[in-house]
Amino acid sequence: MSYLNTLLFAVYPYMAIAVFLVGSLIRYDRDQYTWKTSSSEIFEKEQLRIGSILFHIGVIAILLGHFVGLLTPHEVWHALGVSASFKQKVAMGMGGLFGIVCFVGLTILIKRRLTHPRVRANSSKMDIAILLLLYAQLILGLISIFVSMGHMDGVEMLKMMTWAQSIVTLNAGQAAASISDVHIIFKLHIFLGMTLFLLFPFSRLVHIWSVPVKYVTRNYQVVRAAVNR
Amino acid sequence: MKVRAQIGMVLNLDKCIGCHTCSVTCKNVWTSREGMEYAWFNNVETKPGIGYPKEWENQDKWRGGWERVGNGSGKLRPKIGGKLRVLANIFANPDLPLIDDYYEPFDYDYQYLHNAPDKKHQPTARPRSLISGQRMEKIEWGPNWEEILGTEFEKRRKDKNFDQVQADMYGEFEKTFMMYVPRLCEHCLNPACVASCPSGAIYKREEDGIVLIDQDKCRGWRMCVSGCPYKKIYYNWKTGKSEKCIFCYPRIESGQPTICSETCVGRIRYLGVLLYDADKIEDAAAKSNKQDLYQAQCDIFLDPNDPQVRAAARKEGIPEAWLESAKHSPVYKMAIDWQVALPLHPEYRTLPMVWYVPPLSPIQNAVEQGQVGMNGEIPDLQSLRIPLRYLANMLTAGDEKPVVRALERMIAMRAYQRAKHVDNTEDLAVLEQVGLSKRRVEEMYRIMALANYEDRFVIPTSHRAYAENAYDMKSGCGFSFGNGCATGDSGTNLFGGKQQVVRQVIPVSQEEQ
Repeated sequence: MSYLNTLLFAVYPYMAIAVFLVGSLIRYDRDQYTWKTSSSEIFEKEQLRIGSILFHIGVIAILLGHFVGLLTPHEVWHALGVSASFKQKVAMGMGGLFGIVCFVGLTILIKRRLTHPRVRANSSKMDIAILLLLYAQLILGLISIFVSMGHMDGVEMLKMMTWAQSIVTLNAGQAAASISDVHIIFKLHIFLGMTLFLLFPFSRLVHIWSVPVKYVTRNYQVVRAAVNR
Repeated sequence: MKVRAQIGMVLNLDKCIGCHTCSVTCKNVWTSREGMEYAWFNNVETKPGIGYPKEWENQDKWRGGWERVGNGSGKLRPKIGGKLRVLANIFANPDLPLIDDYYEPFDYDYQYLHNAPDKKHQPTARPRSLISGQRMEKIEWGPNWEEILGTEFEKRRKDKNFDQVQADMYGEFEKTFMMYVPRLCEHCLNPACVASCPSGAIYKREEDGIVLIDQDKCRGWRMCVSGCPYKKIYYNWKTGKSEKCIFCYPRIESGQPTICSETCVGRIRYLGVLLYDADKIEDAAAKSNKQDLYQAQCDIFLDPNDPQVRAAARKEGIPEAWLESAKHSPVYKMAIDWQVALPLHPEYRTLPMVWYVPPLSPIQNAVEQGQVGMNGEIPDLQSLRIPLRYLANMLTAGDEKPVVRALERMIAMRAYQRAKHVDNTEDLAVLEQVGLSKRRVEEMYRIMALANYEDRFVIPTSHRAYAENAYDMKSGCGFSFGNGCATGDSGTNLFGGKQQVVRQVIPVSQEEQ
């Protein structure tokens, strides 16, 4: 069991992150023509409007929450006077709220993608796979809230934080050890999360890299020379 | 003064016969691909009508083009909203047309005519959607549904150019009128598509003013489709990227006319260089009174014969061949010199660079039958079949004076030439009335009536061979879809790109009916 634990939570994350980074780089460099949001709005607008907005608001909040919650060192929280149990309650509350927002949106999007004839006919296997994996991941996350209710002291959460921080500080052994005894739901959630990183460069998720922040500061007009002089 | 050069186009609507050759040759060359079946970089609309996509001129609905912010500041922002609103709508763009606003592309099951089993009735090739692959029981709309006043008047009545026109009477058979409007990308001086692209993938070329979408940089945020008031950017639903008219830039670069111009059987299209002052663009596009926009746009352009302008242009690095072409530019002559060509919907504030000579309705016969009143030497334009107001709404933001001037000059040219060739007299009175000199009207006649190839297309080459190292380009890959020289024909693509070369027909099961 310990071998499997090491493989899944100490080795697999590095494989996933490596593929995520190198894959994104290669795709950007070699095949940027395929780098896009893959919008199907031209076929169907109304379900998309509700579904996409709810989904994106939910998922962005959740991702930011995970990022801050998992990767901020224990010492920082300690210095800020935030106790583990309080932080867990905030995480459960915010995660639950945005999780439900995201869940509603994703449900609409999946129904739309699978049942709208025009959208369905123009969906790739990866489009559908990513939606379903995200759905599974979201449901696991929502279930984990109920699991967390069993231990409100925040100790389980600290184990996951230790895992994430050990991974990014290249302390694989400690990472695997730290979550060896957490609930299976958390383990599945982490495994699926790493899988999403693995699939990222091969799917439409790459559009996340392209959030057009530069638009806010650039000039309205863009002029380019056809020939570099 | 910042001198820039652009290749502009003029379309002489007076001679357009609505044959669609321009659309078809354009489609064959550029958009006969999966994902772009519904897209026509060039299309010809019969007016009055709501056009393609439906009601594209109604910016209350589609919110294309620019609007002035506040009253005094004179700042412009895209009508779809400022930058933050554009970004806020990025998950779902409320102003995006649906495929049905263009039309659902379809094909027919021709194969069924070959493999139908023996049966009592003759087999028919029935239509099938190219998007969902499903049977289409009835085709409800197409790329040219209103051809020659097709569909009932109540539907065409929604044409935005009918504003302030007593439109209802034009629904009567005796009063009806029609004209053709071929449309393509306007390659604007102040393009709203460029401004609304979050990725910065759309750009205007410095050398020739052609507006292009970098297919590698486009991410498919779809804001340009809404931003363009002419609805001339199309979302390719197969590749997930936006595409638009490229003004046949590979041809223009080598001094050839665009496909649509080359193949125009009516010889209505003109291509030529315009020199303009880029520093004046912002002011010209932001005039508070919409009816001042046409004149403000004309004032941007610089006289190619003015030595000062030529000196300034040389300083900016504009090649001598371009300055020489600018002198002979039919576009400059028609749009600026003679003012017979007008911009399409200047009120969108994009400063469009495709200009239109308004059509004279059938008039000569009516004059001879005494049905049309005379205004001095020339027929009274108020009694034209096409209401002046309608043309003015389309070409000058509602100001009738420039339209009248253009039409009167064309009528005067006809009257003068008719007197000269038929009656063997010189009718100088008619020229005086419209303020044309004899020399000018002869040149108008040469360019607008005779319209020889070399007079219609005065295009300098771009001298790329000198600007780049041509030897390095030897045996290069030519025109390709992104990804450098890779052909993308490796069968599988790691990143899910679909091949664009082969049409993947979605098979439909044929059942006995």
